[in-house]
Amino acid sequence: MSTTTTSPRRPSPLSSTLTERRLPRWTPLATLLGAIVLAVVVGMVFSIQSKLQWALLAAIFFVLGQYLLARLVEGRRQAKNGLITSLVWVAFMLALLPLFGLLYYTISKGIGVISVDFLTHSMNEISPNQTGGGVYHALIATLEQVALATLFAAPIGILTAVYLVEYGNGRWLAKAVSFFVDVMTGVPSIVAGLFILTFWIMILNMQYTGFAGSLALTILMLPVVVRSTEEMLKLVPNELREASLALGVPKWLTVVRVVLPTAIGGITTGVMLAIARIIGETAPMLMLVFGTDLINTNPFKGPQSSLPLYVYQQYSAGTPASQARAWGGALVLIALVMLLNLVARGIARWKAPKASR
Amino acid sequence: MAKRIDVSGLNAYYGNFRAVEDISMTVEPRSVTAFIGPSGCGKSTFLRTLNRMHEVVPGARVEGKVLLDNEDLYGNGVDPVAVRRTVGMVFQRPNPFPTMSIKENVAAGLKLNGVRNRKVIDEAVERSLVGANLWNEVKDRLDRPGSGLSGGQQQRLCIARAIAVEPQVLLMDEPCSALDPISTLAIEDLIGKLKEQFTIVIVTHNMQQAARVSDRTAFFNLSAVGQPGRLIEIDATEKIFSNPSVQATEDYISGRFG
Repeated sequence: MSTTTTSPRRPSPLSSTLTERRLPRWTPLATLLGAIVLAVVVGMVFSIQSKLQWALLAAIFFVLGQYLLARLVEGRRQAKNGLITSLVWVAFMLALLPLFGLLYYTISKGIGVISVDFLTHSMNEISPNQTGGGVYHALIATLEQVALATLFAAPIGILTAVYLVEYGNGRWLAKAVSFFVDVMTGVPSIVAGLFILTFWIMILNMQYTGFAGSLALTILMLPVVVRSTEEMLKLVPNELREASLALGVPKWLTVVRVVLPTAIGGITTGVMLAIARIIGETAPMLMLVFGTDLINTNPFKGPQSSLPLYVYQQYSAGTPASQARAWGGALVLIALVMLLNLVARGIARWKAPKASR
Repeated sequence: MAKRIDVSGLNAYYGNFRAVEDISMTVEPRSVTAFIGPSGCGKSTFLRTLNRMHEVVPGARVEGKVLLDNEDLYGNGVDPVAVRRTVGMVFQRPNPFPTMSIKENVAAGLKLNGVRNRKVIDEAVERSLVGANLWNEVKDRLDRPGSGLSGGQQQRLCIARAIAVEPQVLLMDEPCSALDPISTLAIEDLIGKLKEQFTIVIVTHNMQQAARVSDRTAFFNLSAVGQPGRLIEIDATEKIFSNPSVQATEDYISGRFG
């Protein structure tokens, strides 16, 4: 007997309505406020000292509250959704906390010493106990050292990436280069500094100069540039290369005129991020640029300073005046990195392939 | 301006895998030759051997002869770059250069090959865009990015780009498969016009299209997955579609293929 014909329809175990009971949209906010109030109450009752513990309690109450409310009103699936959503929010807050904390501390402690004088004067004849003085010598030196490092690392790095992506295709040399770039990525900055110290200053008998510092920075910057450029070149669709080759354009010209322009936005961003990474390097600077309180605009001769080194020196001097200067130097450094990132964003947007009509 | 292609004993490989086996055929000048056959039968691979684009893929190589008016494309001392200037190509998906404007896209082949004369370039751009039936649609926005055009317009832009370097032969790898019927019609009309000047070879999965646009049709097949593709037969298009000499061709065309 055939069973495929008209068997009466079983009632579905799933709910048959399309609408379900929903919590109002302001629930998460209300839960958050409730969680904070509850955390404050608990904190007071049990006289918990640390405000950090209060915040953690509030976070836990928020997550639990979201879950329980959704479980009671909306059902299991929505409750899971609520649980995960609130966990994501809490994680987001935790991630932002250090960033904003860092910015807040640096700005609030550093803004006091920032002035035109601070930006335009060196530490010449200023003792650690005196106020005044500035970062000018360190700012100039850092800009020069980073510019030199970029001048070396960006072309070498970009060309290496071009080799890896466009010409390497699985040859042993490409594999070896790729491997050593990975190794370089993991080189601690102090090791790069030691290497230049031994090789450049001790074996080749060169001076302690800003240039020696920029050599160490080059080592640190190179793998970052290679990796980011490589990723950007890989994103360029193969169809564009083939289109160009099929027009009878030689391969090198295809790379120069089609592949690199298509990826230039991403490459610029990568270089800028590499700069942001090396501009704060302290360890190699401790060993290589010697450090000075005087203005030396020549990176090839005589000792120079550097912003991170300045921060370190001022902080270790230990007086209130010098520590305030350390925060000021840190603020200048952060502002510089931010400025560079903004410039990078601008260039990336300006150079990116335009898709709109 | 158009040249005859004589292929004899051609094998194409990807590494150790032979994708195309022992193909011999003649492509007549100033005509449209269509390649049809199931997916994976080596039509596109064979097409790419005709302008030495096959070897762009790492590990790919070719054995055999491809004579372009008695000059072997795979002979000693032949520069693949020069071959590709003579034998142009249009791809399956429209691929205008995203960093270039419409005008720069069309002029790319000339500019990148060293033509500097503004007047020559402007004339070539207009001639090619007119030739690709695109001039009237884009003449007011030549400086806009090429990626802002619709898919069909982009494909015609790519055709204009290919014919701007004045090749002898134009290879088209499923040029309409990503386009809607109206854009397809525009391209097909264009092919009919272009064959007065160029030798055209077109790969297509659309048999009506092969029947509409081509003078001769070649049917490719493969005996099993993992086996190399072969040329089954090549003949006048009417004959292939009405009375093919091989049973497999008739099965494929009538849709009885497995």
